[in-house]
Amino acid sequence: MSMKLNTRQVDGVTIVDCSGRITLGEGSVMMRDTVRDILAKGNKKIVLNLGEVNYIDSSGIGELVSAFTTTKNQGGELKLLHLTKKVHDLLQITKLYTVFDVKDDEAAAVKAFK
Amino acid sequence: MEQTVSYTLDSTLETVDHAEEKATRIATELGFGEDEVMQISMAVREGAVNAVLHGNAYAPDKKVVLCFERTSEDLVITIRDQGKGIDLEGIPNPLAPENLLKTSGRGIFLMRSFMDVVEIRPSQTGTEIKLIKHVHGPSAGGKEASQ
Repeated sequence: MSMKLNTRQVDGVTIVDCSGRITLGEGSVMMRDTVRDILAKGNKKIVLNLGEVNYIDSSGIGELVSAFTTTKNQGGELKLLHLTKKVHDLLQITKLYTVFDVKDDEAAAVKAFK
Repeated sequence: MEQTVSYTLDSTLETVDHAEEKATRIATELGFGEDEVMQISMAVREGAVNAVLHGNAYAPDKKVVLCFERTSEDLVITIRDQGKGIDLEGIPNPLAPENLLKTSGRGIFLMRSFMDVVEIRPSQTGTEIKLIKHVHGPSAGGKEASQ
C-alpha cells in the first residue's frame, strides 16, 4: 500500500493524516513536500497522525526527523499522534521516542500546543 | 523453499521493494512468526537500500545479488553489490546524542537490531552483507510452512 496524506485544520493546528508506508522513494518525498507546504503557508503547529502507517523504514524515520527539525528551525512545533506498535517500537530502538512529542489523543495533541 | 535461492537484481528502487517482498514471502514460508518476518523483511530492505544507493549508486550496469539459504539452523541472507565498498569506520553511531537528529545512517543499526548475526565485508569490488536469523525448532516458530 502506497503512502496517502490528508491535511485538515483543527483549532489552528494542521493535522496530517498519514496512511500506508513511509519508505524510501515516494512515501518519504510526499511527507517532505507536505510538511514544507504547510510551513510555507505559515502554519507552524503540525500534528502527524501516524495511526494508519503500517510500515516505516530508515528513510521514513529520517523523514520524520527532518520534518521535526525543519518545523522547529522555522519556529514551529511538530507532534506525532497515534503511533502503531511497529512505529512505536522503531522509535524506541532508535532512541527517538523521547525526542518527539508523542500523543495518543488528538484533542490532547491539539491542546498541547503553546 | 529450496535450500538456496538467488536473484540478480538491477540497481533500482524497485529492487528494494522486490527484495523486501521476497524476504517476507520466504520468511513466512519457513514459518517464522509475524514479528520475526517483519524484522527479516526490514533488515533485507535496509540491506538492499545500502546496496542500491550507497553501493551501486543506482548505476545501471551494476547488479545486486540477493541470496536466501536455509541451513539446518539458520536462514542466511546475503546481499552483494558491485560498488566501491562502504567505509564501516566512517558510519557514526546513530544512538549517540549528537547523531540522534541526523536524517540518515540508521540502516546498518536496524539490520543489527533485527537479525541474530550481521556480517559486513566491504571490498574495492563491492560490499557483501550477510544477515542470519536463527530458526527455532523444526520450522521457525513451530508453524507449518505455507505454499
